[in-house]
Amino acid sequence: MLELNILLIFMILGALIALEVKDLLSAVVALGASGLGLCIVFLILKAPDLAITQLVVEILCLIILIRATIKKDLPFSTSGRWVFNTIVSFVFIIIFLYLGYLAIKDLPPFGYPLMRISQFYLDHAKELVRSANLVSSIILNFRAYDTLGEATVLFASVVGVMTVMRKKGRKKLEEKEEDEL
Amino acid sequence: MNNSYLPYFLCLVFFCVGLYGVLRKRNIIKIIIGLVICEYAANLFLVLVGYKMGGRSPLYSPDQSILDMVDPLPQALVLTSIVIGLATTALVVGIAIRIYEKYGTFDITKISKLKG
Amino acid sequence: MSYDNKDKGMTLIVKTITGLTVGLILLYGLYITLHGHISPGGGFAGGVIVAISFIHLMLAFGREEALRILPKTFISVLESVGALLFLGIAILGFMGGYFFLDWFSKGKPFELFSAGSIIFSNIAIALKVGLGLFGIFLVLILLKFTSKDE
Repeated sequence: MLELNILLIFMILGALIALEVKDLLSAVVALGASGLGLCIVFLILKAPDLAITQLVVEILCLIILIRATIKKDLPFSTSGRWVFNTIVSFVFIIIFLYLGYLAIKDLPPFGYPLMRISQFYLDHAKELVRSANLVSSIILNFRAYDTLGEATVLFASVVGVMTVMRKKGRKKLEEKEEDEL
Repeated sequence: MNNSYLPYFLCLVFFCVGLYGVLRKRNIIKIIIGLVICEYAANLFLVLVGYKMGGRSPLYSPDQSILDMVDPLPQALVLTSIVIGLATTALVVGIAIRIYEKYGTFDITKISKLKG
Repeated sequence: MSYDNKDKGMTLIVKTITGLTVGLILLYGLYITLHGHISPGGGFAGGVIVAISFIHLMLAFGREEALRILPKTFISVLESVGALLFLGIAILGFMGGYFFLDWFSKGKPFELFSAGSIIFSNIAIALKVGLGLFGIFLVLILLKFTSKDE
């Protein structure tokens, strides 16, 4: 899987550029490069549904982020406890990497998964659901409760955005009475 | 490190890049970019765990019977997670735009000084 | 659509190309949605593509044109209809026994009308995701104009 490792390194480089570049529009474009690399990685990992969804979601995410960066850029100030903050965050990240390394060592090796639950779906999905796409039959038939919860979360998020971006905030009842007095 | 664990470790490094952005950056847009990178890394890790060496994609074919498929369950879970991630990003961007309207800056160290 | 209105939207070239391609993008989103059970895709990807087609229209022609085709109350009503349709499919399972029971006729695999209730669920999820994301984008755009006026 050499191409997978090369693409992952490309994505890491894209993420580093997105975080370190000064111009905000360039940062968003570099993030888009990283996301499109993720789309190709999904194709290599044999997940075409995820590749289609990641591609279109990446485009929409880019448009929304560009909407946020349409305001002018700001110069970065390096005052304050710059050295102390950098050292603390790097120490934290090194501890996190070490703990993650210890956790990864106990996983089954890459390419040989444990498929205790999925073996039932692989064996019986064709007779029970009669859908050619196994992912679709899992999210809408075997595990439809999961999708119902996802619809709830999406609805809550839409209502949250509409509440945050409302034109005028409603005043509290007491303040309104005070204004009338 | 054994070669068969290398994709997991690269995915962990990818997550740590996003974590660095969230911890160290001062601009709110950079923090949002770090959050998006963390979300990509989490999705990628779930799909990496379900990959089977030499497997085929989980689609039945009318003519042949396919025996070795990759694990379809993490793919089904990640499919919903991607769309939720987009909606969450939109919510964070909305809050960032509101902060810019109120304080006139994206810098979080200045925002904490300008109370009221 | 008004191609010669120079105040709203982008230039004439962008408007002409958008008028040619936006129908194809919408059609592709519907195709992905309706064939979600026999090919890769499904309600999530199809819904996002439908949202992108309307956003494309809005970026090229200005927001009035998109709002004329799809008014704001219509968006919120249709999004709720998508959520209720998915819940209704789940409750219809009580006719056969329990929640989310798939009692529709299954048919043969690899045909368009097969796999029971999956095609209806895909349509409901595409309505929910597509119009929800388009509503989010519309709200994020509308604020810019109101803050300029004040």
